[in-house]
Amino acid sequence: MIEDNKFISIENLSKTFHTNMGDLQAVSDVSFNLQKGSIVGLVGESGSGKTTLGRCILRLIEPSSGSVNLEGNNLLELSNKKLREIRKRMQIIFQDPFSSLNPRMRIKDIIAEGIKVHDKLSSENERFNRVAELMEEVGLQSDQMSRYPHEFSGGQRQRVGIARALAVNPEFIVADESVSALDVSVQAQILNLMLSLRDKHNLTILFIAHDLSVVEYLCDQVVVLYLGKVVESGNAKDVYSNPRHPYTKALMSAVPVPDPKANINREILKGDIPSALSPPSGCVFRTRCQYADISCAQTIPNTVNINKQHSAACLKLGELE
Amino acid sequence: MSDISKNLDQVNLWQVLIQRRSVLFGVIVLLIISFFAIFAPWISSVDPGAIAVRSRLLPPGAEYWLGTDELGRDIFTRLIYAGRVSLTVGIGVAIISSIVGIIMGLVSGFFKRLDAPISRIIDAMMAFPDILLAISLVAVLGGSVVNVIIALSIVYAPRVARIVRASTLVIRELPYVEAARALSVGTPTILFSHILRNIMSPIIVQATFIFAYSMLSEAGLSFLGVGVDPSTPTWGTMISNGRQYIDVASWMIMCPGVAITLCVLSLQIAGDGLRDALDPKIAKNL
Repeated sequence: MIEDNKFISIENLSKTFHTNMGDLQAVSDVSFNLQKGSIVGLVGESGSGKTTLGRCILRLIEPSSGSVNLEGNNLLELSNKKLREIRKRMQIIFQDPFSSLNPRMRIKDIIAEGIKVHDKLSSENERFNRVAELMEEVGLQSDQMSRYPHEFSGGQRQRVGIARALAVNPEFIVADESVSALDVSVQAQILNLMLSLRDKHNLTILFIAHDLSVVEYLCDQVVVLYLGKVVESGNAKDVYSNPRHPYTKALMSAVPVPDPKANINREILKGDIPSALSPPSGCVFRTRCQYADISCAQTIPNTVNINKQHSAACLKLGELE
Repeated sequence: MSDISKNLDQVNLWQVLIQRRSVLFGVIVLLIISFFAIFAPWISSVDPGAIAVRSRLLPPGAEYWLGTDELGRDIFTRLIYAGRVSLTVGIGVAIISSIVGIIMGLVSGFFKRLDAPISRIIDAMMAFPDILLAISLVAVLGGSVVNVIIALSIVYAPRVARIVRASTLVIRELPYVEAARALSVGTPTILFSHILRNIMSPIIVQATFIFAYSMLSEAGLSFLGVGVDPSTPTWGTMISNGRQYIDVASWMIMCPGVAITLCVLSLQIAGDGLRDALDPKIAKNL
């Protein structure tokens, strides 16, 4: 991995939804960078704002403030016309392989849709040749391109979703829980496919997940999100071998170990993630943190660098190890 | 049936429609009714308005297949000529109200800012009883086939609009629409090939209902004397006339009554079949 080669940098990104029950801060003040060709894992439990953050980066949801820079272009300031241009450089792969494909369209039309939009001059023949190429590339048989999505299995449909995203030759892909809806054996196939595509096309991937073992296998960097805030981020190796934030520790100790005799001291998280409508004062994690004391309710912790890439936001960092 | 699933690409709409007996029945009845309506002048050489006082109130027989009415007019001839009006009104209202309703529903379901004003208009229109609104509209516009079609389209368009809006609200949030937005697909393409294409089934079912309802409404309007020009035979006016002679000449009211019932029933059955045939998932398993 090349140091300091920021391909995409996200700075102070926030998103507030105005709901009937009050303002909901789904993402607050998130900053991190993605290096060209790297895979960054974004982890956190349900309701931590992972999906919203992914959508905000692509401007599928309009962020409230902050900036997303793609090689110097602030995406949030682009006009609609320019945004349309730049969208072909960034694509998304979805979680649910069933609702992410239009059930009334044939596979070839689904995959060709992006080519049609971004390469208006292409002839139908050229498009379908390209579709065949893409299908082979993601491990589908190209003679099945006239079929409808419901004739495929979940894993195959996810491959179609990947082919659709690849059709416009993107450089950056947001994979939103792209394997969590699949069987474990199929998950492995899709993960390996993503790795090989990354190597082949030098893709940069933001991999949103809640399965930590998947992230460990796939990612170079990890960003841990809790209630819309980054609590810890760093190289995957550092974070996995030496988690510093109590929340990350709890997450790591929750990873299943495939040995029934293994004696593990789990740090068990109690309760659910608090409502983002009324987040706790001070440190957002304090309500579930076993180390929390009165100061945690009063002070919002700053992000502290542990090494050049590894950082965490906790007041007790010094006390814990 | 399994040979169909092997060749989904070659599935023919007709094949699917005809696979089911009930649907086949509906389609055949509709075809027969349409045939009689379209070729009415060639099937019966009699003028539907020709009065023959000597042969009034004759029961069905060899000379007058379905009998005659109080002025001695041939009921069979009047029935098939009336079918032309009913089918024209039904088709016209089904098409116009669907188009208007689809546009209103898509716009209010997709563009959040326009949702409130359009929805309030729909609510206001649906607050009026159907027949009352139709009567007042015909009263304003004047009685003719075209005006009846316009009036009934105004009455039924909000129903389509409401269904389209509700379905649009659901589909708009689905990942495949989001994927299209991520690919910078234009809004018209998203509206038509992603959203409209996936909500055609409820619209088609609703359109066949509206076809049937508007035929009934047209008959109702004619029965009340506010429909098309009274000299034009319609099923509604025939029932209205026959009502007075129900004890001496029951065929006068039965014939148009049976015609309406058969027509409405077979429309509904055919509509259900059409919906299934248009769904690639169901069509495969038929």
